[in-house]
Amino acid sequence: MTKLDKNDRLIRISLLVVAFSAVSVLAVITIFIFEQGTPIMFKYGLKSFLFGQDWYPSEKSFGLLPMIVGSLMVTFGALIIGVPLGLASAIFLTEFSHRRLTRFLKPVIELLAGIPSVVYGFIGLMFLVPFIRENFGGPGLSVLAASIILGIMILPTVISIAIDSIRAVPDSYREGSIALGATKWQTVRMVVLPAARSGIVAGIILGMGRAIGETMAVIMVAGNAADIPGSILQPVRTLTSNIALEMGYASGEHREALFATGVILFIIIMILNTIANLTSARQKKR
Amino acid sequence: MKEIAIQVRNFSHYYGSHQSLKNLNFDVYRHEILGIIGPAKSGKSTFLACLNRLNDLLPGSRVEGQILVDGQDIYGPEVDVVALRRKIGMVFATPVPLPMSIYENVVYGVRLLGKNNRKELDQIVEDSLEKAGLWNEVKDRLQTSALKLSGGQQQRLCIARILALKPEYILLDEPTSGLDPISTMKIEDSLRMLKKDYTIILVTNNTKQAARVADRTAFFLMGELVEIDDTRVIFTRPSDKRTEGYLEGKFG
Amino acid sequence: MLLSPKTEQKIVQAFLYFFTSIAVLVLLFILVVILKNGLPQLSLEFLTKNPADMGREGGILSTIVATIFLTFIALLVATPLGVGTAIYLTEYTIESRLTRIIRFGAECLAGIPSIIFGLFGFILFVNKLKFGWSILSGGLTLAFMVLPTIIRTSEEAIKSVPQAYRLVSFSLGSTRWQAITRVVLPSAVPGIVTGIILSIGRSIGETAAVIFTAGSALRMPSSLFSSSRTMAVHFYILAKEGVSMPKAYGTAAVLVIAILIINIMTYYLMEKYIKRKS
Repeated sequence: MTKLDKNDRLIRISLLVVAFSAVSVLAVITIFIFEQGTPIMFKYGLKSFLFGQDWYPSEKSFGLLPMIVGSLMVTFGALIIGVPLGLASAIFLTEFSHRRLTRFLKPVIELLAGIPSVVYGFIGLMFLVPFIRENFGGPGLSVLAASIILGIMILPTVISIAIDSIRAVPDSYREGSIALGATKWQTVRMVVLPAARSGIVAGIILGMGRAIGETMAVIMVAGNAADIPGSILQPVRTLTSNIALEMGYASGEHREALFATGVILFIIIMILNTIANLTSARQKKR
Repeated sequence: MKEIAIQVRNFSHYYGSHQSLKNLNFDVYRHEILGIIGPAKSGKSTFLACLNRLNDLLPGSRVEGQILVDGQDIYGPEVDVVALRRKIGMVFATPVPLPMSIYENVVYGVRLLGKNNRKELDQIVEDSLEKAGLWNEVKDRLQTSALKLSGGQQQRLCIARILALKPEYILLDEPTSGLDPISTMKIEDSLRMLKKDYTIILVTNNTKQAARVADRTAFFLMGELVEIDDTRVIFTRPSDKRTEGYLEGKFG
Repeated sequence: MLLSPKTEQKIVQAFLYFFTSIAVLVLLFILVVILKNGLPQLSLEFLTKNPADMGREGGILSTIVATIFLTFIALLVATPLGVGTAIYLTEYTIESRLTRIIRFGAECLAGIPSIIFGLFGFILFVNKLKFGWSILSGGLTLAFMVLPTIIRTSEEAIKSVPQAYRLVSFSLGSTRWQAITRVVLPSAVPGIVTGIILSIGRSIGETAAVIFTAGSALRMPSSLFSSSRTMAVHFYILAKEGVSMPKAYGTAAVLVIAILIINIMTYYLMEKYIKRKS
């Protein structure tokens, strides 16, 4: 008896330790990134980091504004492209298409979520960049190219989460509305979408997180000039690309400044995560 | 004088603040079938769970008083719960075969003890299935999944699974509630056979079943023991009006 | 402009159909282009020879080996941690502040961009622990990255095992741990495996977290501590630096086919699992 009890307690305690692995990893990552990144931010002043427009690491000028603006621009662009396409597809596949078509397309779309991001970047580089250069002018490597590629990349995320939350709306809602004489579209617009709203929003926020955190695909198509772009046809550099492009050779304060870039990225992502968590928790509660 | 096997003394059980069993006092004799009848939620199943301490697993469960099995208080500090559960087998209302072969289902509890001798296990499987009245139906397909058996066969498999542990007590919680009359009859036959070697407590919603198989019958109502007596006495001249009312179908 | 509800519905439907077609076609286009340009590059030689001349010549054998090693280490570390966490959350505790903290931690970890994992792995494994750019550093970094996926899928799989199995196991005299190892986990295996396969897919395709932790040396890895280049990193370098577009397409095709196989396996397993449950 006592031996079994002891064993059980031992197992329970070991599992508790294991269960803290994810939390500990999160804590350790946070500590390391902040430990490496914050000292230099305070040394040169938070203001010059966040609002400085010049990124010349060799001259100790670490203005991150172009990259912050760049990340926001391409993320916003990705949403403009990915959200309407994704939502329309989700609505079509759940409410208007044949069940068999949906059964075939949903796994295909989910499968595309697994395609490595470098592959998306490569396709962008080979087809989209020359297309933009020849038809709209500019170097092709641009905000527009990055936005389109990111928009396509977040499609699977937006579509599959939106499909799940639209499907979670009870059929009785639809039947009630149809019984009152509404058309299918009126039912979708006035009953189904409002009921699925927080799930859809959570999906969009997750897609946003994916877009802002994406690195390799963006590097390949964005041109990466550390200036605030004047138009969507000009090159842009994001926070993630800034880290990836220079990490290979940076040292000293330059490296610390890249970690500072990581700190800012980290904070933006955490805010988005918390919002997404709260929104999906709200839907579960209802 | 019959030998007393289980003594229930001032026993109460609570779920949180709700008292589900109220100050029970009675004995169970060795090698009898004790039927427990009563309307839904009268505490019958809770009592069974308390007997092999499955109630421990529910949050907010608490007991007062004593249950002595073979003279030992099963809620005492020295009790080996795992050994207790082996000694007191439990059959649930819905048959729950584990997702493995018929053979592995029967020896599941035995293997937990670390016994893995093939010959020994084979013998246990044959004996237990024989006693549960299932051997002839399944002896040629012991390695097939237990999930493929019919409901009645599954329930007899659950009984065999307990017999494999060589218990002293068998608790049955409405074991035939989901079964057809023929399967029910087969299980009742097995119970009459098993009485020779085991002490059996049978909770049932079907009063006629108690009348058919139980030696003595207890009537529970809202967590109280209303009366306990020879089955014949309970069904012909109960001493409490409420028992009479229940048997005549006035409530429950 | 006033439209009758019926006309409005028709217009909307056409519109949705059009948008869906664009989304699906664009996604399929990517697949088709990679396979069309990449498949002709594939040959036994491509798969069994090491890269030569910075990847302009030869095959991709060393990068395949590096990818397999890295993925293997990642899962070797992440699977016990993830499944253990899931067991704790479902079997050993009730919902409380503690479980909420653990779940919140896992969800936040899932949202962290891979480049941050790369930075972290670079500082901790490459620099502080002095593993250098190596299979080990890369594998451990990937392990942390896929941990949330394994936790989530395992938890769902374990939760879907009927409660009655546990009760029966206890009533037959099992300890909690015996019930878990003999009944609960075997029933949850397909779900857990699904999570592991998804993680394999993510590890194979990852670039940002790997390039700063495993490095990009183009040679056959000889130990846990050798710097090596995975398929995804190799593809990135070939394409970004314009080393060789045919070789880039070939590598991409191998990557994409591997991912396709993995996803189809996952899908198949899940279907089987769902069918069995119902």
